[in-house]
Amino acid sequence: MSDIDTKMDGNIILTSIDKILNWGRAGSPWAMGFGLACCAIEMMATGASHFDLDRIGMFFRPSPRQSDVMIVAGTVTLKMASRLVRLYEQMPDPKYVISMGSCSNCGGPYWQYGYHVLKGVDQVVPVDVYVPGCPPRPEALIYGIYELKKKIMKEQHLSKRA
Amino acid sequence: MTEKEIFERLLEKFKDAIGEFNEEVIQPFATIKAAEVEKVCTYLRDNEAFEFDWLSNLSAVHYPHSEEEQAEQKEDELEVVYHLYSFKHNHKMILKTRVPVSNPKIPSVAMLWRTADWHEREAYDLLGVEFTDHPDLRRILLPEDWEGFPLRKDYVTPQTYNNMTVPYPEEKGDLHDE
Repeated sequence: MSDIDTKMDGNIILTSIDKILNWGRAGSPWAMGFGLACCAIEMMATGASHFDLDRIGMFFRPSPRQSDVMIVAGTVTLKMASRLVRLYEQMPDPKYVISMGSCSNCGGPYWQYGYHVLKGVDQVVPVDVYVPGCPPRPEALIYGIYELKKKIMKEQHLSKRA
Repeated sequence: MTEKEIFERLLEKFKDAIGEFNEEVIQPFATIKAAEVEKVCTYLRDNEAFEFDWLSNLSAVHYPHSEEEQAEQKEDELEVVYHLYSFKHNHKMILKTRVPVSNPKIPSVAMLWRTADWHEREAYDLLGVEFTDHPDLRRILLPEDWEGFPLRKDYVTPQTYNNMTVPYPEEKGDLHDE
């Protein structure tokens, strides 16, 4: 028996549609792992047992059709950028993007001489959360995911926006 | 066999096709004529005394002319480097060959060592060396519609590619101030 069964027995919970929708969305942000470079190793480590993304409701889906968040982890080359946009467009709404690491934030070490590197994934898709680092440790990525959850909780779908 | 011995055997066999031998450096190398690359490599691979069954690396370098050379109206050159190794004899050899940038044609060795296929495509992709008789010479790393050869010294980074800005955008802040 869970808390809801024992403490809330026979009760009605009142909340707003916005809150319950946001609660549902923030609770299980399924991720499309977009591992492109060394950041992907940290992203995989975040998903593995030591840090365990499952405990915050996130796990990796192999298809953009089943995912809510795209974690762009690594260097986005110009060749990959068009493919990245295509996969982003294939994701169903609502969709979010976490830009992980210096490369996808701003081009990273390739910012000056990288003739083949996109200087920030925000040039082609809207980014919700930037995680700095080269590469960021799993703690940083998890912090980024919590920031995204906070952002989702503030969304207003039905009530008038202030 | 040492590199020196291999070089002498090659000189004996091919004469004009073989240039000079340099053993001042850590990895001694021999220079050969570009047009004869395939013949020399076939010989090195198939002759029992050498049996170079492994092409460990194939790479290319762009040598722009210096100011003095420019005065002599010398042209830029592309150099292709072959690192050969024999598992049977445990000996190795390095061959270098140069071609002018205006006509960068070198016979392909992709049919001798299959590993050369992708190596030659990379050299073509980044430096524009044209390997004649290559089975499938097209870009391997860069997008197919890319223009120019980025690892050449005179390469100019494009401003846009497919409507995407290539240089660092100004709105991301100035990273130049030091």
